[in-house]
Amino acid sequence: MSADLYGLCGAALVGIGLYGLIVQPHPLRKILAFNILGGGVFLLFGVFARRGAALSLPGDPVPQALLITGLVVSFAATALAVALLLRLAAETGRARLDDE
Amino acid sequence: MSLGLDLLLAALMLGLAGWTVLGRDMFAAIAAFIAYGLLLGIVWVRVGALDVALTEAAVGGGVTGGLLIAAWARLRATAMVERKAGAGLAVLAALASLGVAVLLAAVVLHLPQPAPTLVPEAMANLAPTGLGNPVSATLMAWRALDTLLEKLVLLLALLGIWSVAPDAAWGARPAASVDRDGALTFLAQFLPPVGVVVGIYTVWTSADAPGGAFQGGTILAAMWLLAVRAGLADLPRVASRWLRLALVAGPAVFLAVGLAGFVLAGHFLAYPEAVAKPLIVLIEAPMILSIGVSLALMVAGPPVPKGDA
Repeated sequence: MSADLYGLCGAALVGIGLYGLIVQPHPLRKILAFNILGGGVFLLFGVFARRGAALSLPGDPVPQALLITGLVVSFAATALAVALLLRLAAETGRARLDDE
Repeated sequence: MSLGLDLLLAALMLGLAGWTVLGRDMFAAIAAFIAYGLLLGIVWVRVGALDVALTEAAVGGGVTGGLLIAAWARLRATAMVERKAGAGLAVLAALASLGVAVLLAAVVLHLPQPAPTLVPEAMANLAPTGLGNPVSATLMAWRALDTLLEKLVLLLALLGIWSVAPDAAWGARPAASVDRDGALTFLAQFLPPVGVVVGIYTVWTSADAPGGAFQGGTILAAMWLLAVRAGLADLPRVASRWLRLALVAGPAVFLAVGLAGFVLAGHFLAYPEAVAKPLIVLIEAPMILSIGVSLALMVAGPPVPKGDA
């Protein structure tokens, strides 16, 4: 029951993040939105792990371990994106992606 | 009762996500994102993923939040030209996002019954790894290749961050913003000894209980950054030899043990059963150091020319 609830929540988070990624013009907002989108994808995967609960375990440990790896890689991508953005702002004096 | 809690958590998370994406003020959006990360950490507990909950609290809310606030502080000075997306694009984006969300929701409600699971296989093969926590066993034994590659991704990302530095800054130190506030100095003197013990314990205990090298390494990184912020410690020059050594020690030992697996157990990253646990500890010890140092430097950002530090 609660797994279904969080599954729907994950689906909604993906939608919210995707909307922000497209609509928000500021690169830092895009990075935030991308992380919301990623949180939704991770939550969906976590719900699949939860559905695999068996024996004495509350969830399937294999997808849970993959989630940890995923979170780390997602942080690495965010840190790299922030570094690129700060360099762009330092170089051009502006924080935007189009070149008008 | 518990359904009420789940409903409340889900509603709060969606509200905070909406605020992060739509809120007018950038700083409020980042604050909402950090709160969202912490709530997501609680949700991981609710879906039975304690190890993921620790990672989320450390990385999702904590380190990412610090990184974004630092970025916001540096961007405040630059002109923030916010040209809104046109109404047509906004409607199209809303429809597309809604479509994706509805599709995913439909998938969630029509998942196969019974759900596929690897729990029986995991529990049957847990004893040979010498570990009691099947998530740690997955990370360190069954899917050790993923974990090795994840550490290499951290190094690659750090190289990427360093390489956006201007030529004049190459080899110098990252910029450290120092705040010599009395309370902060006290915290930076008091907390790190405790934090270092907690960080190392988090790794050690992950053999049988929730925890892990990454979660522990994050705590060490946070302690170092706290001391830097208070002016009690320096960030190293990125050309420094001991720094390079600390960064590659973890992946190098991991790779060496992995290659030794060819001789000792017949496969890359295979451990002989009798010494599986000692080998895993041997991999994790330098790994905590490498993870802590690379995370702290990823948050610190690229080196800056000498005069600007």
